[in-house]
Amino acid sequence: MRLVVPILTVVAAIVALWYAGSVWMNSQWTLDQAARNKQTLSFTQIVRDTMDQKRPVLPAPHQVAEGLWQGVFGQAVTSKRSLVYHAWITLSATLLGFAIGAGLGVLLAVGIVHNRAMDMSVMPWAIASQTIPILAIAPMIIVVMASIGVTGLFPKAVISAYLSFFPVVVGMVKGFRSPDAMQLDLLRTYSASRAQTFWKLRFPASMPYFFTSLKIAAAAALVGAIVGELPTGAVAGLGARLLSGSYYGQTVMIWSALFMAAIVAAAMVGVIGALQAVTLKRMGMRQ
Amino acid sequence: MIWIAFAFLFWAGAWALNARLANGPAAGTRAVRLIVPSLFGLTLLVMWEAVVRGLNVPQVILPTPTEIAVQISESLPILWVDFVQTFMKGALSGYAIGCAAAVLVAVLIDRSPFLQRGLLPVGNFAAALPIVGTAPILVMWFGFGWQSKSAVVVAMVFFPVLVNAVEGLAASERMQRDLMATYSASYWQTLWKLRLPAAMPFIFNGLKIATTLALIGAIVAEFFGSPIVGMGFRISAEVGRLNLPMVWAEITVAALAGSAFYGIVAMIEKAVTFWHPSQRARG
Repeated sequence: MRLVVPILTVVAAIVALWYAGSVWMNSQWTLDQAARNKQTLSFTQIVRDTMDQKRPVLPAPHQVAEGLWQGVFGQAVTSKRSLVYHAWITLSATLLGFAIGAGLGVLLAVGIVHNRAMDMSVMPWAIASQTIPILAIAPMIIVVMASIGVTGLFPKAVISAYLSFFPVVVGMVKGFRSPDAMQLDLLRTYSASRAQTFWKLRFPASMPYFFTSLKIAAAAALVGAIVGELPTGAVAGLGARLLSGSYYGQTVMIWSALFMAAIVAAAMVGVIGALQAVTLKRMGMRQ
Repeated sequence: MIWIAFAFLFWAGAWALNARLANGPAAGTRAVRLIVPSLFGLTLLVMWEAVVRGLNVPQVILPTPTEIAVQISESLPILWVDFVQTFMKGALSGYAIGCAAAVLVAVLIDRSPFLQRGLLPVGNFAAALPIVGTAPILVMWFGFGWQSKSAVVVAMVFFPVLVNAVEGLAASERMQRDLMATYSASYWQTLWKLRLPAAMPFIFNGLKIATTLALIGAIVAEFFGSPIVGMGFRISAEVGRLNLPMVWAEITVAALAGSAFYGIVAMIEKAVTFWHPSQRARG
């Protein structure tokens, strides 16, 4: 209760602002129409008209909700007009790329923790790469891979993998190093081998960092897949919906695709969060 | 064949040297800390050059580093114009507006615990969303010029900075605030002299995250429509013409700009939060 009321208040305030914004931004069109027909409109008429224009500048929340509902439940999921279909296309590329990127990231982190030369040569680059707008190479990867005959899911997955790779490397190196000197010394007094130290101490200790970096990586992977859909000419996927919406001025379509992307992102982060809660609880770590 | 052999020989040699340096007695010195990663970077470039030449990879798939360097030196004026359009006009203005707005909002909602409890989860949620997707909408609203890019950047940097700033304003300790109260300091005096300085490490954390986001936002927004200038525009246009050296040249500029931007913010952080343990430990 302590949390629910304030959150609902903030959300309600945002929705109210949104309605006010859509009246304000859409009224221009309404007034132009009325002036053309030599009518004068009362305030209520203006408001009513701004609520359901066909191509509003800013669609009202209920229009977006309706577009979202139509897209998710109003069509067969295999239909090209179904948002579930497009979301699945984006999500499958995201998940494939996320799995590849996170897997390679953990492997590289293991290497960095155990090999000093690797640590000193790779780690500065991994950190520096986070300051680089990697997303800029997305169109190039898509087009180049298409020119050698690779299209569809895989090029997008490559971008997602690339984007989710570095946060996982940096997070996992931190996680594998999180046991303090005392704990490492204890394992040395047990004369534990490096592998034993890794599996019994470093790996379990890295779990909180693992899930935190997975959340960042999942969000980055989704953005990568969406941007990866832009240069292919708007075939399928949420990015394609955004692009064709902006070509044809279908604002409701853009907003529904955007909210669908937000739902997908929230679902992925939510699933990882739930896994985190369960895992950490069973491992006896406090959340 | 000779190129490939050379590539692997170079790699083996450089790696052996790196391993020696890293495990040798001088490993902790500053020079080695610089040499080892530079050598690794150089190895990657040499491998790239040699493998691309050895396998005769066509330029439309992967140009060599030397071709990219030649392209950069030939098209400096274009690169500079694009840089000004995307970075100076789009990213920097949006970054300044977005970060200032986020810190202001954080200070404003700081007086109301109710708003804080409501806004923090919403802000955290929004920080994980693919906000870059608002680019087509904002391009529609603000036109093709740099204003729309700036708006996308504002939307992207706002929530990460807000969340960090709110967290930072809560960072001063009870004791310290009580001390201010015994001095009978007003709310604004406490804010100015204690709580804002104490929040600086957190705010700068947000500001550093936002540097990358700003550049990404400005570049991606240009994919949705731009005048015929700008880094994002150039990338998508030259990709269409399969002029890959130019694309790589723009990417190099973007990478340099991103690192420099981050570096400058990190330097300001060092100057502002010199008192913080994380800064003192490094010196």
